[in-house]
Amino acid sequence: MHLFTNTNYNFTKWRWHALTISALIVVFGLVQLARNGLPLGIDFSGGTIVVLKFQQPVSEEAVRTALNALPGEKVVQQYGNASANEVLVRLPQAQQTEQGTSLEQGARQVLEAVRAANLGQFEVISTEIVGPVIGKDLQRKGIYATLASIFGITLYIAFRFRLSFAIGAIAATLHDVIVTLAVLTFFGYELSLNVIAAILTITGYSVNDTIVIFDRVRENFRTMRGASLENQVNTAVNQTLSRTIITAGTTFLSVLALYIFGGEVLEGFAFTMLVGIVSGTYSTVFIASAIAIALSKNEANTPAAPAAPARSASDRARRRERRNA
Amino acid sequence: MTSNLRWKLIAIFVVVALAVVAFYPPKDKVKLGLDLKGGVHLVLRVQTDDALKLETETSAERLRDELSRQGVSIGAVTPLDVRSFRVEGVPADRDADFRRIAEEWVGQVFDRSSAAGGAYTFTLKTAQAARLRQEAVAQALQTIERRVNELGVAEPIVAPHGEGDQILVQMPGVTDVARAKEIIRSTALLELKIVEDGPAPTREALLATRGGVVPADLEVVPGAAEAGATGQVYYLVKRVAGITGRDLRNARPSLDENNQPAVGFSLNQQGADKFSQLTSQNIGRQLAIILDGRVQSAPTIEGRIYDEGRISGSFTQQEVQDLSLTLRSGALPASLTYLEERTVGPSLGADSIRAGVMASAIGLGLVTLFMLAYYRLTGINALLSVSLNLLILLGFMAYIGAVMTLPGIAGFILTIGMGVDSNVLIFERIKEELAAGKSARAAVSAGFDRVFLTILDTHVASLISAAFLFQFGTGPIRGFATTLFFGLLSNVFTAVFVSRTLFELILSRRPQAAKLSI
Repeated sequence: MHLFTNTNYNFTKWRWHALTISALIVVFGLVQLARNGLPLGIDFSGGTIVVLKFQQPVSEEAVRTALNALPGEKVVQQYGNASANEVLVRLPQAQQTEQGTSLEQGARQVLEAVRAANLGQFEVISTEIVGPVIGKDLQRKGIYATLASIFGITLYIAFRFRLSFAIGAIAATLHDVIVTLAVLTFFGYELSLNVIAAILTITGYSVNDTIVIFDRVRENFRTMRGASLENQVNTAVNQTLSRTIITAGTTFLSVLALYIFGGEVLEGFAFTMLVGIVSGTYSTVFIASAIAIALSKNEANTPAAPAAPARSASDRARRRERRNA
Repeated sequence: MTSNLRWKLIAIFVVVALAVVAFYPPKDKVKLGLDLKGGVHLVLRVQTDDALKLETETSAERLRDELSRQGVSIGAVTPLDVRSFRVEGVPADRDADFRRIAEEWVGQVFDRSSAAGGAYTFTLKTAQAARLRQEAVAQALQTIERRVNELGVAEPIVAPHGEGDQILVQMPGVTDVARAKEIIRSTALLELKIVEDGPAPTREALLATRGGVVPADLEVVPGAAEAGATGQVYYLVKRVAGITGRDLRNARPSLDENNQPAVGFSLNQQGADKFSQLTSQNIGRQLAIILDGRVQSAPTIEGRIYDEGRISGSFTQQEVQDLSLTLRSGALPASLTYLEERTVGPSLGADSIRAGVMASAIGLGLVTLFMLAYYRLTGINALLSVSLNLLILLGFMAYIGAVMTLPGIAGFILTIGMGVDSNVLIFERIKEELAAGKSARAAVSAGFDRVFLTILDTHVASLISAAFLFQFGTGPIRGFATTLFFGLLSNVFTAVFVSRTLFELILSRRPQAAKLSI
């Protein structure tokens, strides 16, 4: 079976359109993020989450009423399946939580209030209390890890290919990160540790896709001498198209299973991955190559000279094979 | 079958066998993280300022005592902040003596600066302050470790965390979180001090005969009026403790004379010497037993006591047990505050495992269906290499003792994705080569050769992000990063080596085949 055979879509012809659309999406996303701010989950903002499991059905409204007396803005929502009778209560960061026992005070007050309201038997199935110190610490580390990983990958691609390719790959990756964040915000997901993990995974995935195409471009440098860079890149994108689609498809399938069946805890993670896979596939085909072409043209008139290190062993094998063929 | 192929098959078999041995039986060999097993994750901060404050106060005290012993009369000695104190009113004619004594007694630890009118400020040296802070954290770490071990938690983790003064405590399977937290945090500072006056119902009443001023060598400590009573009373006691928790040899639950729960303790040799001296010199007076700055009881000394004592108060059986435990494990050098607490109930953990396994199975099933439909028989090849990848990954995780977390399960699912990706990359290339008119054998060979570098590049890039993820991560995220990292490594082996060997095995049966079921 073949998904695509000898396709010859002219992707590079559309690159300016794609770049424009992406630029619009990114700008829109940035504006949205700037206006509403990044909704931080308690991992980063600090605060308290208590998940209660009731023995009988209980409405969110009833729990909300029970908690009315507590200060601050509370979030009460159903957790997991409706049949599980689980309710999540989130409290904001209390003031002066650094002092002694008050860190767990919020969680205790929630339990007392719910108990007092006589909503029936319940048990606490999870508690998360994050103080402001830890929240700040994680924020810093999260930003550091994302930047460091992007920087490390840039260095690697620059070393293995050429700088313009590295910049193209990173532009595509940043594009994916911003688009993903914007979509997350739009759908009301909060930034948690798991979401950061998913975003870092997406950077890896997005770069993977890009590397596959760049690798093919590098190979085409040799076989397509004389062809224009646009042509070479376009051929590479077409040659790897079925791989790009199949991989994205299978990964999407398995993450979809995670999203649907993986339970409440991983939902944010899976959703982030789903968005990232779609965005990553698009950006690989349109953005990475477009930027690489644009930058290569500006490089000091060195058309199609691969800056790649000699690929000794496999290269020799290939030449041998070509002679034999 | 060529001998080359045979050796490859043997190598694969050995690797897989090692992996299976490493994780079998999975119930014992694969460690589950807190989010799957249930338990509590705590991050505490050691208030190292407490240790500095103690050093500053005792040094000020020592200096004043020594000055009065040598007949140098001075004005007030006041602590300024946790690391400095001020001495005022040093007579001009004794200035040289003062400097000599100060140098001798606190000069090693404190910097001295003078101001007009015979005033001096002593500030803890920076290096000394840093040392005290480090010692406080190290000592707190040991104490907490002893307490957690005494609580009987299986496989706890007590480790330094983040910058300097933080400690991470993980206790899998603990259900009574409130009690565990209380035991970890209680300072358990035991002091036995001679009572000078009291008890009195208020501070003012206590100090009435002294004109409302607390003498320099004494202090006021609150306490409970009677065992079981609710009222608050105050004692005036010596500032310096005769005996402290450091002199303890053991502490255990016992009963007091009214058959109420109490904690019996015995002293070590040094403590016993001090105690017998203290009690024989103070027969007929009250001895305050002070725990964490509160008088628990103040029995009258009826005779010389050597090395046994009892702390009675209005304790429950549980409190007596917990108190014995904390006293045995030693006092904390500084108080602790909780910065982070994450508790997962065992039922949520079990749910998560079920959901994670279900999602993995369904994901694998969907991918299997697709691969078989699209690549037909070659799809089996992909499935075999992906499954072996998962086996090897599981074995590796068990071997290095990595912890399996819920995000770790997500890591397994992504590893499936990576494995399939490598296979797709190779298969598509083989198809291309076949379309270009190569024989099956040549196409397979070319496909693997050409794609190898691509796979290497993509994997290195992903390894870079997994490594930074590990750096960043706490707990569960680390589980994810570890899984991804080793999944990527073993994938290079299975997607390239195992998959190629399988192709060669198929081709060795039909050497002249021009077609592949792909």
